[in-house]
Amino acid sequence: MKISVIITLKKDVLDPQGKVIHQTLDGMGFNDVNEVRQGKYFEIDTKETDNDKAKAKVEEMCKKLLANLVIENYKIIDPK
Amino acid sequence: MKSSVITFPGSNCDRDMDVALKKFGFKNKMVWHADAELPKSDLVVLPGGFSYGDYLRCGSMASKSKIMHSVINFANSGGMVMGICNGFQILVETGLVPGVLLRNKYLEFICKNVFVKINDKKNKYFKNVNNDVLEFHIAHNEGNYFCTNDQLKEIEDNNQIAINYCDENGKIEDQFNPNGSIKNIAGIFNKEKNVLGMMPHPERMIDASLSGEDGSLFFKNLINNLK
Repeated sequence: MKISVIITLKKDVLDPQGKVIHQTLDGMGFNDVNEVRQGKYFEIDTKETDNDKAKAKVEEMCKKLLANLVIENYKIIDPK
Repeated sequence: MKSSVITFPGSNCDRDMDVALKKFGFKNKMVWHADAELPKSDLVVLPGGFSYGDYLRCGSMASKSKIMHSVINFANSGGMVMGICNGFQILVETGLVPGVLLRNKYLEFICKNVFVKINDKKNKYFKNVNNDVLEFHIAHNEGNYFCTNDQLKEIEDNNQIAINYCDENGKIEDQFNPNGSIKNIAGIFNKEKNVLGMMPHPERMIDASLSGEDGSLFFKNLINNLK
């Protein structure tokens, strides 16, 4: 089963990379962008076949390694 | 005095640290990250570099490596653990010291000498250092110290800030902040002050003809404080 995780920076954490991307988009003529925040995307292929168990394991992975909860939030996407 | 320097895949300041520690009298051992046991040590150093290629987040993978269980136990039982640069990033990822290190504010890799002011001398790292201001070297891309407001309050209440970026006279102002760190923080302790994480490299300031000698002051003093 494949489970996806999206990690984003918390709202009040400075994201200089997102800012630069925003500026570049501006320069390219995409003038209606309010803000860009950069994040990370993971696809985790697990042997677990039970949906809930797999999600719980991935949540543990997020807390222990994939995200740093001081600055980041994680979102687990339901497996299809 | 015995010290151990941990080498992770991608560490590149481990041998500099080895040279510095030995120069000032430590009997140093290099310890591989995949080892389980720490040799008997009075000081453990996590050196600078790019452990695990800085993948995921700087220091995140190294903080989970095998030797770190022993390092964390050593720190929790009062052992002296110092993380420099990438070593500081590893320490924050273990949770031994609070906060995180973000990308530098202006997205530049910064490599230059800086001045830092010692904020607290009631600890084994800086006790008896005569100077209040030291000139060290920094070389990093992710040295922008960040923590939550609650953490900052706790850090300040417990006097856990070790050093702040400043000018040569010790003035701590925004213009002397190279990377955007909260409160110009360059180094921080755990509550008990046996664990120190800092971005500057004292091991690069141990030779009068090559650099400067403020690192020598630091190491000479450190070994005396540990005796």
